[in-house]
Amino acid sequence: MPDTLLFAMEATLNGLTAGVMYALVALGFVLIFKASGIFNFAQGVLALFAALTLVGFQSGQIPFSHLINAMFGTRLHHFGWNMPTLLAIPATIAVMILLAILIERYILKHLVNQEPIILFMATIGLAYFLEGFGDIMWGAEVKALDVGLPKGMSGAVDDMTFAWFGYGFYIDRLELWAAGIAAILVASLTIFSQYTKQGRALRAVADDHQAALSVGISLRFIWVLTWSIAGIVALVAGIMWGSKSGVQFSLSLIALKALPVLILGGFTSIPGAIVGGLIIGVGEKLFDFFMQPVIGGATENWFAYMLALVFLLFRPQGLFGERIIERV
Amino acid sequence: MSGQGGAMRDTGTDEGYTTADGRKIGGVAMEMRNITLRFGGVVAIKDISFDIRWGEIRAIIGPNGAGKSSMLNVISGFYHPQEGEVLYKGKRRPKMRPYQVARMGIARTFQNIALFEGMSVLDNIMTGRLHHMKANLLQQALWWGRASREEAENRTQVEKIIDFLEIQHIRKTPVARLPYGLKKRVELARALAAEPAILLLDEPMAGMNVEEKEDMSRFILDVNDEFGTTTVLIEHDMGVVMDLSDRVVVMDYGRKIGDGTPDEVRSNDEVIKAYLGVAHE
Repeated sequence: MPDTLLFAMEATLNGLTAGVMYALVALGFVLIFKASGIFNFAQGVLALFAALTLVGFQSGQIPFSHLINAMFGTRLHHFGWNMPTLLAIPATIAVMILLAILIERYILKHLVNQEPIILFMATIGLAYFLEGFGDIMWGAEVKALDVGLPKGMSGAVDDMTFAWFGYGFYIDRLELWAAGIAAILVASLTIFSQYTKQGRALRAVADDHQAALSVGISLRFIWVLTWSIAGIVALVAGIMWGSKSGVQFSLSLIALKALPVLILGGFTSIPGAIVGGLIIGVGEKLFDFFMQPVIGGATENWFAYMLALVFLLFRPQGLFGERIIERV
Repeated sequence: MSGQGGAMRDTGTDEGYTTADGRKIGGVAMEMRNITLRFGGVVAIKDISFDIRWGEIRAIIGPNGAGKSSMLNVISGFYHPQEGEVLYKGKRRPKMRPYQVARMGIARTFQNIALFEGMSVLDNIMTGRLHHMKANLLQQALWWGRASREEAENRTQVEKIIDFLEIQHIRKTPVARLPYGLKKRVELARALAAEPAILLLDEPMAGMNVEEKEDMSRFILDVNDEFGTTTVLIEHDMGVVMDLSDRVVVMDYGRKIGDGTPDEVRSNDEVIKAYLGVAHE
């Protein structure tokens, strides 16, 4: 088998696993957009905040210690114990649910029946607030996140591909795990939304608020539910990206990478988020692989956006989005 | 359908009456007492009182802007009156949110149709049964224990309504594709799926052609006949209402100007004035 083909195959595989990572972020956007029609600008920051909180719990950091030290001249920093990951994750989920309740209570409740653009602006405000709040609570330094997921080259894939092609593919084990976790996440979200009462209520609220009220659905409960789920999905994305490249401010910028994924997959489709993520991941890697000799490297920085632009021109609703029907 | 059986016993000392066509009307189900509703300086409803009895078809009519829809929104908890109170089953109803009112067994339709456009007809009607589902999340997700039993019950109930309203042929169709008249019927089906004690219909015949109006009238009568559903409906088309309803409240400029059987209302001077203008001398 020619080398180029093997390299291309390896790049494709790497693209698929990277795509899953993008899809994880895009999922959070889709959930909130489906349920409330809000484009949640704060989704990336939610992932950052979730990861920060997780690391904070794990390492027994005292929240707001910098602030307390500055105000009272104390020298607090850690409780002096480490919380096991299995305890820290549920604790972080609890924090994300509490955050969802507060967001509903102090922001969404007051913006009922407002234009989507107003709600969008509110989420921008939320993003900036949460970014600063996360810093005050847990400190701004870069932190390593380790929840016990394996990292580095997957030996199994390397051996297998070497036996087949005489050339071992490099696949990151962390990204393989991410793929598995994403699959479980999507399966449970699908079961939830299609087969449970709360899922049906969630779809109903997404469709028509007034009608939802008239069949006895509490909008406030559904909003808290949606933001809690988005918070948990953000935690998963935060764990995967945080394990990969550390927990730091730039984590919130992965949200920008999710944008082209959403444009490809459609803002309202969960499978769309996955397929969109995979297309961007693979496209990015293959484009870089083939075009690097011609136009130089670093195409990964802009390829996704260019692809999104092409989609916007020819299929603005995305691959799986609801068809835009205009009745004349 | 259940829902009315228990309610009928709640009549207290008031025994109700029997209609000309022999239907038994029960005691007072709901009473409006001196309801006043203002939006800023505009008075939408001014000191209105009337009652709704178990099993009757009660109409609220009046010209455009008379405050009929506001009245319905007060009953269904979408608006909260500044003065007056709503009594349900003889007890004062505290200030409630619309979804709480719905869970109490008061279902409604909307003047401008509020359906879940993205869902199929069947899914839309199923949402009407949401608050009849008690199984917990895990049971539902795993289709286990209570969940599968409940789902079967709900499906049976929904199928009955689909048959009754003759919409079998569109059950899988996304609602967005349906013509106006059928949408109205699906909305009625969703409200019925909740097995309501009181059914509120906001202009069920608005914008329909003659044939559709006749169909809808027949369905409203049949529902009342078959399930004994207490029905409150709003219309500004006098003709339709008079044939349908047992008793009629007439509103004009937020005031109540008439209340009684269709015949009584028809011969009421104020009502004639409101509808036809001042009579020429």
